[in-house]
Amino acid sequence: MPVMNIIQAVNDALKLEMRRDKRVVVLGEDVGKFGGVFRATSGLYEEFGPDRVMDTPLAEAGIVGTAIGMALYGLRPVPEIQFADFIYPAFDQIVNELAKFRYRSGGQYPAPVVIRTPCGGGIRGGHYHSQSPEAYFAHTPGLKVVMPSNPIDAKGLLLASIRQNDPVLFMEPKRVYRAARGDVPEGDFEIPLGQAKVVREGQKITLVAWSAMVHTAQEAADKAAADGVDVEVIDLRTIVPFDVETLVASVKKTGRCVIAQEAPKTCGFGAELVATICERAMEWLEAPIERVCGFDTPFPYTLEHEYMPNADRIVGALKRVLEW
Amino acid sequence: MVVAPKSDELRRVLDDDGNVLPGAKAPEIPEADLKNLYRNMLLVRLIDERMLRLQRQGRLGFYMTSTGEEATHMAVYALRPEDWVFPSYREPGAAFFRGYSIRDYICQLYGNAADPIKGRQMPVHHAVAKIHYVSISSPVGTQIPQATGMARGAAIAGKEDLAIVYFGEGATSTGEFHVGMNFAGVWKAPVLFFCRNNGWAISTPGSKQTASKSIAIKAAAYGFPGIRIDGNDILAVIQTTAEAAARARAGEGPTLIEALTYRRGAHSSSDDPSVYRDPNEPKQWEKSDPIERFRRYLERQGVWTAAWEKDESAAIEAEIVRDNDEAAATGAPPVESMFDDVYEEMPWHLREQKEWLLRQARTKSPHYHH
Repeated sequence: MPVMNIIQAVNDALKLEMRRDKRVVVLGEDVGKFGGVFRATSGLYEEFGPDRVMDTPLAEAGIVGTAIGMALYGLRPVPEIQFADFIYPAFDQIVNELAKFRYRSGGQYPAPVVIRTPCGGGIRGGHYHSQSPEAYFAHTPGLKVVMPSNPIDAKGLLLASIRQNDPVLFMEPKRVYRAARGDVPEGDFEIPLGQAKVVREGQKITLVAWSAMVHTAQEAADKAAADGVDVEVIDLRTIVPFDVETLVASVKKTGRCVIAQEAPKTCGFGAELVATICERAMEWLEAPIERVCGFDTPFPYTLEHEYMPNADRIVGALKRVLEW
Repeated sequence: MVVAPKSDELRRVLDDDGNVLPGAKAPEIPEADLKNLYRNMLLVRLIDERMLRLQRQGRLGFYMTSTGEEATHMAVYALRPEDWVFPSYREPGAAFFRGYSIRDYICQLYGNAADPIKGRQMPVHHAVAKIHYVSISSPVGTQIPQATGMARGAAIAGKEDLAIVYFGEGATSTGEFHVGMNFAGVWKAPVLFFCRNNGWAISTPGSKQTASKSIAIKAAAYGFPGIRIDGNDILAVIQTTAEAAARARAGEGPTLIEALTYRRGAHSSSDDPSVYRDPNEPKQWEKSDPIERFRRYLERQGVWTAAWEKDESAAIEAEIVRDNDEAAATGAPPVESMFDDVYEEMPWHLREQKEWLLRQARTKSPHYHH
């Protein structure tokens, strides 16, 4: 099995699906000859040509808006928004248009568009190249939100996303785009949306994360293990719809939970998880759930490593919840 | 064929009295089609009158009329049935022309169990996939880049289909107008931008939307032609749209058509123009009524007679009354349908919420009348 990083896995999925399905087209800023600023679409222009790999004018509302029209016509567009921080000019097209087309037309107009966008900090990108805006979109009925943490999931989830018929926001963890490497099967496979993965089994406490934060959570679990604490780590993989069964089963087993989220704390997706656990597993909880999050500040440049949750902060939270 | 005037000149085929202007040539339209076009404009006028009355009586929650703008709806005559229409909320005639039934139209207004969009949107937000009439959104301009994308999609698929997108002059102030026009220009997408410049965006006059001399000249900045036409002249509408469609299908790219018309009614049933508009202004525009002008033309062609119109009006009125009675007597969509079509398959959280709601005592929406 070849070893790939996340960029290569995304690229592999796109190539595979574009060869298999002529309806699949890619569009966005610099995705053509240049192959994307992170190289995720590298080689696609050469293989599939300018009609299926489109360098667009520089306007996110246009990228998503035109992708919607292509989807209504029967294509399977996979637009790229260069950084998640640039997605807001397309916000109305995503939340009011794309996400609502099927519903508002009484099921007459499904709009299968998969928007790929890199998210998250830790790359010295400052406020406009570091944000994790998933909660805005998780609050949007009609949209699915997928956030893989590693190469095999990135490939399998991207293939599954393009093949199903609902709009998907596919957020890629750019901090570990190249650092996260792993075996990725060649050829076709899918990882179903809505299924979390227990990436480390444990008995004492459940630690939930998604996207790049999964790697920080695993580091924290390693540190805790050195202190004899047996942590179960869940990679949520899909935010909407999230895997409630895996989450609740784990918390019922351990009785304790910490959630690690890179985005700002207030109204972050972690809050939704806390509420869900309280609704379904209150009597199994032996301690309050703690969230380890980004702060409720704009994403800072110089102090980004003070801002982002790290393994030590997570270990601190694990200890507090265990000792409560 | 009219010699294409410079973009800021107003292209007309008919004068206010329905005579073909010197130097203009009326497009060749078979008699049956002329009658069909007239009948569809009449239908819009009559159904608007009746539905607005129902709204005033409290039997409909909301309504929007197209009075005085009916000729612009008939641009679709110049297109093929498989071409796509991205409407705003003031072009129902384009749907009627393509076969949208009065029954479905009225059921949509009621949001009842027979509403083609299942009660999901306010009145006048139709969606009719089988006639390629795309779902309507309230925020203006959002459909413009979507139309561009669909047109590009058709080109990618190697098809000759094109898209026409309707919007008002107010929508030309949006970023999405710019974005949709710019992408279309760069891509040479087979899309027709059809601006109904009706003078008013609720209470805001066109002069407060743009300092530009016209809407049409904006096309120059995007690298394609803009043509200003008399939007109350159905023959100018059809002729110009046909030319733009031919250009698009020949791979020559988009065209912006600015159809000068006038919103004689209120923006919507919730609006009161007497607060902001001289009541003489709409009166003046009655003199260039698009239906009356077309009627005079047809009469001179020997196509229209008073007896024929009387019969057509009576048939339309009867259908409206019958379908309205039926729509008003049709119940609301089943409560569980609220959860359908959010996604193709219902995820667990929606399934749970639906089951929860179905266990509650049934509440009835106060907005639902019958």
